Amino acid sequence: MEPFIKIKSIATPLNKVNVDTDQIIPKQFLKLVQKTGFGKYLFYDWRYEKDGTIKKDFVLNEPRYKDSKILLARDNFGCGSSREHAAWALLDFGFRAVLSTSFADIFYNNCFKNGILPIKLSEQVLQKLFESRSDIEIDLEKQTITNDDAIIFFDIESHWKRILLEGLDDIAVTLQYDNAISKYENTQRSSSLRVS
Amino acid sequence: MLNITEKILARASGKTKVSPDDVIFANVDKVMVHDVSGPGVIAVFEKLKKSGMRIEKLWSPEKVWVAEDHFVPAADKISAQNVVLLTQFTKEYGIEKHFKYGMGQYGICHTLSHEEAMVLPGEVYVGGDSHTNTTGALGAFAAGLGHTDVAYVLLNGKIWFKVPETIYFKLNGKLPDYVMAKDLILKIIGDIGTDGGAYKTMQFGGSGISEMSVEERLTLTNMTTEAGAKSGIIEPDQKIRDYLAQRGATNYSEVHGDPDAQYEKIYEYEASVLDPIVAKPFSPENITVARDLSSVSLDKAYIGSCTGAKLEDLRAAARILKGRTVKIRTEILPAAISIFRKAMDEGLVKIFMDAGAMVGPPTCGACCGAHMGVLAKDEVCISTTNRNFPGRMGHVESRTYLASPLVTAASAITGKITDPRDVK
Repeated sequence: MEPFIKIKSIATPLNKVNVDTDQIIPKQFLKLVQKTGFGKYLFYDWRYEKDGTIKKDFVLNEPRYKDSKILLARDNFGCGSSREHAAWALLDFGFRAVLSTSFADIFYNNCFKNGILPIKLSEQVLQKLFESRSDIEIDLEKQTITNDDAIIFFDIESHWKRILLEGLDDIAVTLQYDNAISKYENTQRSSSLRVS
Repeated sequence: MLNITEKILARASGKTKVSPDDVIFANVDKVMVHDVSGPGVIAVFEKLKKSGMRIEKLWSPEKVWVAEDHFVPAADKISAQNVVLLTQFTKEYGIEKHFKYGMGQYGICHTLSHEEAMVLPGEVYVGGDSHTNTTGALGAFAAGLGHTDVAYVLLNGKIWFKVPETIYFKLNGKLPDYVMAKDLILKIIGDIGTDGGAYKTMQFGGSGISEMSVEERLTLTNMTTEAGAKSGIIEPDQKIRDYLAQRGATNYSEVHGDPDAQYEKIYEYEASVLDPIVAKPFSPENITVARDLSSVSLDKAYIGSCTGAKLEDLRAAARILKGRTVKIRTEILPAAISIFRKAMDEGLVKIFMDAGAMVGPPTCGACCGAHMGVLAKDEVCISTTNRNFPGRMGHVESRTYLASPLVTAASAITGKITDPRDVK
């Protein structure tokens, strides 16, 4: 996974609440089994007309957001189906961070597994970012979001921070410690009572 | 003072006590993948192999089971290829519990989880599907995971969890005639919102739940997903034991919450005042009573999915459809082939066909807009399924109303959204 240290780009404002994973990547693309190449199908029904031409009025299609790495979203982003393809599609399109007031749980975890930083912000702070037109810089080490107007601090669990900063693959990393984990677990188990 | 979820997670992580927000490393008892998450997991495996990791075996193949349900019968060439891929995978890693389409028992994964007693009380069960929550009605901790997390569990048998807070929904009294678990859960989602249960466990209890059948309870836990919940759960009782015993499962270790268990919040519902409820497009929280929608004209009625095509859902539909004729396209797809068989033996299939409805094979099919009955632009459908986001069942400009099998069947015979109590 590509490490996430610092990114700077314009933020794409997706002004919708309860965006479910079927909007992020519609069901017809779930049959594809590789992890890459989903970017062209991201937000498919919003981005394309039936004949495959681009819908000019959808925010992702505006030329100024072409190289955006940051997505601004509203409440409960990523709800619905557990499909990890949603995270794969966002990443493949170029997004490295999603900022919202809240995320659906499975989607939130899927982001970290794929090198995307989901940041939870208060509604007030998020609104300011929606209104701002300047580039945003996200510094994961410092846990800051900076634009022309402000510096905003955000929270992230230290485990996830390390995974992203170092670009670690969650599975491979944990399996490296398999012996130590098993040893610890066994000690814990033998020294504690079982719950009936 | 632990509730059932905390006790299960404590036991699974070798601790005597856990509290909400504790991060624990839990042993997993069962894992499920299907024909969408399976190929996703295989993709993760391939990536790991490419990066140099050696994967020779799974942690415990006998604890893994596989269903083919989303794009079967194979919707197209790619879907057919995915089923082949899944078959190669189960063969390579020695997974014997693979419910193959068209071979003995098969159907929707969440339905098989209870119909085949794949998951037992007190267990930690994870699956590559968001509606894995369903199986919590048996008294297990059941939660959906993404592909990477499932791959991790397949290799290691463990997974991190943050212990969720539990919100408790107490149902006082038995649901009135014509009101089903679907109506209750839609009401609850309407009250707390589609993120009202986010990273929480939704537990159901009270006299109304004790009165409720096992299959009806499964409808409640199934749709906790639509409130954003990590899991849904109900304490096991004699009905659960009997249900599992009928399926040959008697050897398990139940977990119950302490009498003074702690809950983040308790909601109480009086069963007697509940009405048939419908969720309007485009969200399960967008609810109203069915009678408010009697002017809504429909193109189709869909009785299917893990939520609304269990045997009792089919019995409910048959109660309305018996001796009547459908006025709109009506598609009935039992959620597992064993349920189809029981519906045949009980004469339900004949009732459906006499009414003019289509009876089809088990599949997630049109519930997720995959195939077999998807909606066209502007089509309006009433459905016993669980989601009605834009485009969920087909075209992004189609519209789905979510309802119980009774409301759906009543609407099928009038062509408009109909309260089953108004069918004479």
